[in-house]
Amino acid sequence: MADIDIRAVRKNYGKTPALHGVDLFFASGEFVVILGPSGCGKSTLLRMIAGLEDITGGEIAIDGRVVNRLEPRERGCAMVFQNYALYPHMSVANNIGYALKVSGVPKAERERRIAETAKIVGLQDYLARRPAALSGGQRQRVAMARAIIREPKVFLFDEPLSNLDAKLRISMRAEIRKLHQRLSATSVFVTHDQVEAMTLADRLVVMNRGYVEQVGRPLEIYHRPASTFVASFIGAPAMNLVRTRVEVESASIRFGGATVAIDPAFAARQRGQDVTFGIRPEHCRLSATAEEGVQARVDFVEELGVGRVAYCEVEGEPFAITLDDHTVVTAGDMLSLLLPSEHLHFFDTDTGRRIEMDAPVPDAAPAAAHHSVQTMGVLS
Amino acid sequence: MIQRTPIADAVTYAIMVLGFILLIGPFLVIIAGASQTMQQVNAIPFSFLPENQFLANATQAWQRADLGTAMTNSLIMAVLVTAGKVALSSLTAFAIVFFRSPLKHLFFWSVFITLMLPLEVRVVPTYAVAADLLQPVKFILSLFGGIQIGVDWNLLNSYTGLTLPLIATATGTFLYRQFFMTLPDELAEAARMDGSGPVRFFFDMLLPLSRTNMLALTTIMFVYGWNQYLWPLLMVTDPSYKTVMMSLRSLLPADNGTPDWNVTLAGSLLIMLPPLVVVGVLQRWFVRGLVATDK
Ligand SMILES: Nc1ncnc2c1ncn2[C@@H]1O[C@H](COP(=O)(O)OP(=O)(O)O)[C@@H](O)[C@H]1O
Ligand SMILES: [Mg+2]
Repeated sequence: MADIDIRAVRKNYGKTPALHGVDLFFASGEFVVILGPSGCGKSTLLRMIAGLEDITGGEIAIDGRVVNRLEPRERGCAMVFQNYALYPHMSVANNIGYALKVSGVPKAERERRIAETAKIVGLQDYLARRPAALSGGQRQRVAMARAIIREPKVFLFDEPLSNLDAKLRISMRAEIRKLHQRLSATSVFVTHDQVEAMTLADRLVVMNRGYVEQVGRPLEIYHRPASTFVASFIGAPAMNLVRTRVEVESASIRFGGATVAIDPAFAARQRGQDVTFGIRPEHCRLSATAEEGVQARVDFVEELGVGRVAYCEVEGEPFAITLDDHTVVTAGDMLSLLLPSEHLHFFDTDTGRRIEMDAPVPDAAPAAAHHSVQTMGVLS
Repeated sequence: MIQRTPIADAVTYAIMVLGFILLIGPFLVIIAGASQTMQQVNAIPFSFLPENQFLANATQAWQRADLGTAMTNSLIMAVLVTAGKVALSSLTAFAIVFFRSPLKHLFFWSVFITLMLPLEVRVVPTYAVAADLLQPVKFILSLFGGIQIGVDWNLLNSYTGLTLPLIATATGTFLYRQFFMTLPDELAEAARMDGSGPVRFFFDMLLPLSRTNMLALTTIMFVYGWNQYLWPLLMVTDPSYKTVMMSLRSLLPADNGTPDWNVTLAGSLLIMLPPLVVVGVLQRWFVRGLVATDK
């Protein structure tokens, strides 16, 4: 058990900055997921915590101790790599037990702990095999066992599931979560997959181009994205974002031939400025009458099994909506959409930052934090 | 290629058989000649059929050229060269590939350039240094203070002198470097996370992983060491340090002596055997090491 304090940490590769001053605090026992597109610096941050990468500026403290100058082995972290990085010439047992061998644990005890750890990850029947003779999922387990056996204070995962097939990924996800509950070491998990991030995280860190965009509980981030980047990155299909102008007198925005009412107080504060508004595809509704809503022409339809996604065009802008099982539309249809004002998000068009509406903050209970995106309650 | 072209097939086969005869011909001469009497080996036309005189010829060759001593010397030399090369090249490649040092590329290229300079090219300066190891020091001292030192320290007539200059070449380093570069970075990182330091990493990971590579290098270097002729010829004046290649020279019949080529051929057959055995034993790994890296 250890907390991790990251203070103004920067990283340059030569002259190119990869991280521009990151401040984060991970509490002891927390499961933190770092989410971001490829190349945003997630791995760099993780590797700096592990000690595999020099820290250009700032400080990282694990358990209150600044570790900037410590070797990886002195930091008490274990890491699971994306491509597993197993030792190809060693048996599974030796792979798992290598850290113990290095630290001089006697053979008998080593074997006992290898057996114990192998049982946790369900590898007891494969101990004599070489990694080459294992499936992807089994290799993943060896990599996990190799981390677990050291009883580390901190687990670091660098996209450990991205080489697995979809089904295995879901079951490994559940196992990692269970393992975390059992070991309750602080875990930092890096991924570019937002579903993985939403389902695993106690707390989510969204990164972009070497900056931290937002930190929060998954639902908090889903409901109140702090920037257009977060808004479009979290949730699938992505949030619709449209540039528009706030009409002060009528307290509304005009879009697709319709007037969408917004909070008058908010409208007054915007004073007719340009803003970007966003609405998630799952929050749009179909209007009963053809005239009153936003006019959208369906470009194409994606069937999901449960419901479907209609990719439409409104005033030349792409605009997606999700529809339930019973609503059948085909390409070329004209739809009339209602955009409930309580589901609208507003962002500064220039900076991309969120503009608060002073609406009541949705505060999902922590217990609900692991439910999937679809089953979420409606905003008020 | 999967093509049905009888004429091309015939031509290919003809070329192959020709090549085979060119390669195997000298061996046939050696094997046949080594087992014939002096009359038979000098008969015209030469008979390619082996006879029963091999043991007699071999014994005579062994005694005449003192092959016992020479074989021992050559074996010591080849083994030392091989061991030295393997150790040195794996360590230099380890340093070049896995350590971030400021002049890394300079070091690598300076090592690499010596690849193009075989021993024969630098034989004179190397000899000069080996004959007087303190010469560079003396030179510098005399340059600055006119100090003369009378100590002589040389490597002539010693195993060190026979092997050391041969060890310092880059072929092996290059082979190892290419192999180490195919290993994923994560392997070293995983080992670091597991608490292994560089030395441990070298012995626990790199050595076992580069086994095929090492055996291939061993094969090449053993044959290379065994076949050295020019360098021993320069370094050795004391007959007790003679190597087999030098003995081979003394097995040749003198200009107007008895033309006992059968003894010469029996001697060369004996001298050929050790590298053949090494290649035969290690060839399985040798081919694998040169063709592919198994990870
Ligand atoms: N060893 C390196 N040398 C130079 N640039 C690097 C190195 N590693 C990563 N980078 C750069 O730093 C940025 C962040 O990389 P990384 O942390 O690996 O991203 P990701 O979020 O995909 O894990 C990228 O732009 C990448 O090109
Ligand atoms: Mg990465």
